[in-house]
Amino acid sequence: MPKMNLSHFEAAFLFSLLVSIVLGVVTKNNDRDRLHYGVYTFVCFMVALFGIGWLMYLGHG
Amino acid sequence: MATEKTDKEPVSIRVWAPALALGWLVPGGGHLLLRRTGRGVLLLVAITTMFLCGLMMRGTMFTPQGEDLLTVLINWGGWVGNVCSGILYLMSVWLGYAQPDVAGAVHDYGTKFLVTAGLLNLLAMVDVFEIARGRKS
Repeated sequence: MPKMNLSHFEAAFLFSLLVSIVLGVVTKNNDRDRLHYGVYTFVCFMVALFGIGWLMYLGHG
Repeated sequence: MATEKTDKEPVSIRVWAPALALGWLVPGGGHLLLRRTGRGVLLLVAITTMFLCGLMMRGTMFTPQGEDLLTVLINWGGWVGNVCSGILYLMSVWLGYAQPDVAGAVHDYGTKFLVTAGLLNLLAMVDVFEIARGRKS
């Protein structure tokens, strides 16, 4: 099996995308709500990713 | 109507157990069995992709071991997460996947991907159970 070398951002992006898909599918009762929840979850992941990333960058000095 | 089902009416184990078992063995399989094809395929693709990415990042599979409480919790919890992936976990173990735990961000991400794939499949199994019991569409 080939080896995959991803950066922190790529791995976190892929993780967010796949988890958002599953959370969207299993959480709500109709397709519209599922899509909205999946997108909402993904946006939350991205906000946390960039927010915490910048916090660590600024906190590190 | 006398045959109409109510919320409190118990649903036979023969209705939900096969879907739950298939949902564990094949991610999304329970949904497919219950004719939720679109959602089943999405779950199959997402969970399998996550597991395969974990393997390609050379993540570590947990084994149930440990002496102190924290190590036991981490190893048993991780192992349960791995086992929840069903056939993906069984196949990789049967085919000899045994990546040692080494330092490195990519390996660490891989380990998390492997466990998360199992935990996402657990969520899918709960969804299958709810559908089979008639609590969800």
